[in-house]
Amino acid sequence: MRMSDWLEQEDLRLRQGESSVGGYPYGFMDDGAKKDIRRSILKAVAIPGYQVPYGSREMPIARGWGTGGIQITLSLITPDDILKVIDQGCDGSVNAVNIKKFIQTVADVEITNDTLTATVIQTRHRIPEEQMTAAQILVLQVPYPEALREVEASEAETRRMHAEADYSRMWLYLYEDIVNYGEITISYRYPVTVNGRYIMDPSPIPRWDVPKLHQAETLYLFGAGREKRIYAIPPHTTVEPLEFEDHTFRVEDFSGKSCARCGAADTFLDEVIENESGDRTHYCSDSGYCDKRFA
Amino acid sequence: MGYVAVKGGIEAIENACSLFAWERSKGSSEPLDVAQIREQLYLAVDRVMGEGSLYAPDLAALALKQAAGDSFEASFMLRAYRATQPRLGYSLPVNTEEMRIVRRISSAFKDIPGGQVLGATSDYTLRLLDFELLKDDAARREAFREKVFSNLSAEAEIPDTFPKVIDILRREGLLADSLPSGIAGEPFDITRQSLTFPAPRSAALQSLARGETGGLLTLAYSSMRGYGNIHPTLGELRVGYVPLRVAHPVTGEPYIAGEVKVTEAEVLARFEGTDGIPRFSLGYGLCFGQNELKAISMAVLDRCTRTAKPTCPAEDQEYVLYHTDGIEAMGFCNHWKLPHYVDFLSDLDRLRKAQKIARQEECNANE
Repeated sequence: MRMSDWLEQEDLRLRQGESSVGGYPYGFMDDGAKKDIRRSILKAVAIPGYQVPYGSREMPIARGWGTGGIQITLSLITPDDILKVIDQGCDGSVNAVNIKKFIQTVADVEITNDTLTATVIQTRHRIPEEQMTAAQILVLQVPYPEALREVEASEAETRRMHAEADYSRMWLYLYEDIVNYGEITISYRYPVTVNGRYIMDPSPIPRWDVPKLHQAETLYLFGAGREKRIYAIPPHTTVEPLEFEDHTFRVEDFSGKSCARCGAADTFLDEVIENESGDRTHYCSDSGYCDKRFA
Repeated sequence: MGYVAVKGGIEAIENACSLFAWERSKGSSEPLDVAQIREQLYLAVDRVMGEGSLYAPDLAALALKQAAGDSFEASFMLRAYRATQPRLGYSLPVNTEEMRIVRRISSAFKDIPGGQVLGATSDYTLRLLDFELLKDDAARREAFREKVFSNLSAEAEIPDTFPKVIDILRREGLLADSLPSGIAGEPFDITRQSLTFPAPRSAALQSLARGETGGLLTLAYSSMRGYGNIHPTLGELRVGYVPLRVAHPVTGEPYIAGEVKVTEAEVLARFEGTDGIPRFSLGYGLCFGQNELKAISMAVLDRCTRTAKPTCPAEDQEYVLYHTDGIEAMGFCNHWKLPHYVDFLSDLDRLRKAQKIARQEECNANE
């Protein structure tokens, strides 16, 4: 269903005085709030990588637990949607379960673990292994929307730096890293340049997932509830990790390792300490994908 | 197999939620009535309404019950409830001179027009445990009421309004003029717009008014103690009820929609001479309910953050406003309990690589 059709239908329903879902308005927030958030999303899509400040609402789930992602999901979702929520790649993780329970209560949607079936996927710290399509939206939860925070504590100052594309201190930071450690030590939350303009924090996804942001089919929406920012990477946008010619960006090294469950050797692997002697076993971080392969 | 064990499990999560509700209700005592909390733990209710930024005594009491007394959790529930309600409009500015006073003191002058009204406070009590309260019952309460009220003379009348101490100082030119509100029409609404810096005063005061009491106190105290240079004098502290007026949507006529209990603090701080003439400057604090510690801390921080050249955290507006919201701070702090396997794996990868490079360099150096 198109969003405009859904809104018309919803408006009619409300005017007829029909009761809402679970005693709350559909999607928990009042309609004004959802509209407000959708406008911010549109602005974010129009300026790829730019952090749009918005009036972040309090969710019944705590700040830092995905409230930015939840607000985006709730402002977009309709009963026809099929939702997948993952946390660190896993559908069954505590927070993912909790978020699904909440969204199901207030938005009455079908839930899936299958990346390819879902219309909206909300995620914390991972991008699914299976390639997503133009018909899908990936909503990423963001703890620190400001990529420059590492080098500048003040929000007023980082906004100026973005406005003037003054990124010299960020490059210097990477350079000093190389001088000190022989290579760039940023592990996750690896900063990227979006559309040749803004340096953006891709949320705490591992470096493994960063290449998936580049020229993707899917719309990526980023929500930082506590910090009150929304930003986006529209489909077919150039996204480049910060790197130097002689120190290129590299993803995590899983060479020689594979999933002990499904055998995949081309996925991001969780490392599990198997016993007290410290033996390690590896499993796919993307549990939905692993289940599919294992079945 | 470790696979399932590390992933939480839906059943375990649901059991943990049920167990929390059970923990609160498993004892042999009578269930706590919401009215009991509202009346007998009214300061906790006031604090939750202030930090939750919703004036709803019954809901705040319910939240406290549900949260087993955790003020952070209770305030958080009120805020979340607030998000489900549409923004219908803004009240008209309140003139606190109209406050129906229950307590009003000034530490700047020994006597003030209208007099010092001490009201209900624990300030002057000895903090000794009152073991009599262990056997609290109706008879005891009746006897107490008799003791307190039977000998009171009825002649003392409380005036409807009290003059403001700071107005007197201002008339005498001892206090800087009131700041221009800088508001044409509606105020900056921090629940609809995110803060930008420097934040307009209406936004800064809103943020502080729903700040966490302990957080505000910590920063205000740091300034009082030495990290900063604001030495406040309490010009006036008021607790009471103010009428809440809204403009009629059609006629624009003001109507009283109800009243809210608030605490207001006005602190006088060291003078500054912008026009060459030294005057006191004012810090302002106001919050829902009776929460004097918060109102005073807020007033001190309001003054601190208007320092021209910040030299310490309490004077830095960004620092103060971003870090005193208890609900945001609590949520983020607790989120570290969530799994971070992916991030940590990525960290491990970098650490191992860095170690490898370091060992290699050591080898090379030794050769």
